Amino acid sequence: MNLNLTIIGQSITFIVFVLICMKYIWPLITAAMTERQKKIADGLAAADRASKDLELAQEKATHTLRDAKAEAASILESANKRAAQIVEEAKEQAREEGERIKAAAQADVEQEVNRAKEKLRSQVATLAFAGAEKVLESSVDQSTHKDMIDKLAASL
Amino acid sequence: MAADGNAPTTTEYIQHHLTNWTYGKLPAGTYCDGKTVQETTGWTVAHCPEEMAAMGFNAIHLDSMLWSIGLGIIFLALFRWGAKKAHAGVPSGMLNFIEAIIEFIDKTVKDGFQYRSRFVAPLALTIFVWVFLMNLMDLVPVDWIPQLAAWIAGDPHFYFKIVPTTDPNITLGMGFTVIALVILFSIRQKGLIGFIKELTFHPFHPSFKGVGLLFAPLIIVFNLILETIALVAKPISLGLRLFGNLYAGEMIFILIAAMFSAGLLFGVFAGALQLGWALFHIIVITLQAFVFMVLTIVYMSMAFHEDDEDQFNH
Repeated sequence: MNLNLTIIGQSITFIVFVLICMKYIWPLITAAMTERQKKIADGLAAADRASKDLELAQEKATHTLRDAKAEAASILESANKRAAQIVEEAKEQAREEGERIKAAAQADVEQEVNRAKEKLRSQVATLAFAGAEKVLESSVDQSTHKDMIDKLAASL
Repeated sequence: MAADGNAPTTTEYIQHHLTNWTYGKLPAGTYCDGKTVQETTGWTVAHCPEEMAAMGFNAIHLDSMLWSIGLGIIFLALFRWGAKKAHAGVPSGMLNFIEAIIEFIDKTVKDGFQYRSRFVAPLALTIFVWVFLMNLMDLVPVDWIPQLAAWIAGDPHFYFKIVPTTDPNITLGMGFTVIALVILFSIRQKGLIGFIKELTFHPFHPSFKGVGLLFAPLIIVFNLILETIALVAKPISLGLRLFGNLYAGEMIFILIAAMFSAGLLFGVFAGALQLGWALFHIIVITLQAFVFMVLTIVYMSMAFHEDDEDQFNH
């Protein structure tokens, strides 16, 4: 075993190499690795979040769809109800109109009848007098019997 | 290797493979059985183990340093490329591989070291990959690169070891550096007083009341001796463990390689052995790199660990 200056040479070399490694190699590689680790972790987290988002979105979509269906159904129902109501109302209106027209017609008819009756009444007395004159062949005092005839006409 | 006509003996072959390319300050004198003469004391490349012994501490293993620095640069270049390419997008190919290593180191560090430090993880990464690469050279067949180097150098006796971690200088150099860092961080975390307290008040707590006061200095000295031994043992065990494992592995590869020249039958057998040992050795080199790193993390964790104050006050 020849121990000599080599031992010192090796020590110096060793220190120099370690310092170079410490300054120019180790931090760079570990920094890159740490950064990659972080990137991968972020990526995984993002993927997780995305899948959760997707799930949420799907749930929301399902929800919306269900709501829309329910709404459509309710709209349809109310529309049907409304339609039935409208039909009902129309029927009612029609009936009322019909009755109103009928009433008006009846009133017209009555009025007509009354008018005819009035006309008839006004002529009844004359007719009666003419008839009585003819029957009695005598002149009848018109003023004396007028009241009686009028009464008769009124009772018609 | 047999350029001078004589094939080397097995002992010479093994010896040659275990000798480093050494450059050092050689005192004047005659060496290597009178083959080389150093006229004045000066820096030169050693020609034989005798010269290396004469150089003593004033020498450096050129091959160990070359491979150690070269492999370190390969490591840094590869990971620097990765650091430049690193992005937060989808990684691919080589970047994946680099990130897998980084992640593995990061996890190991987080398991063993619960404090905040920008230093420990890069330290662990450097140790693991660098030591692994240095160990990996053990799997290159033992003669390939040394023979090539000898051919390029034009010297058949050219010494060239390609596995830096079979050189105790390299492993102990790293071990002592780690412990120097541990001491440095200990002092930074706990202060000089805290560090000295750690060395003197453990494992036996001295009492400062009544009769205990008489024994307190004794206990402190005893603690200091014990803790100093423990502290010195750490880098030595760290360095020698790695060295021992790799040296033994290399030795077996060399022994197997020496068998190749002993005839066809032995050659085939050696080939099978070589393959088996290489496969097994893949585990050893990885494990040793890992053990060195984990122990470093543990020692650094101990440097950051602060004992509860009340332990000193009761």
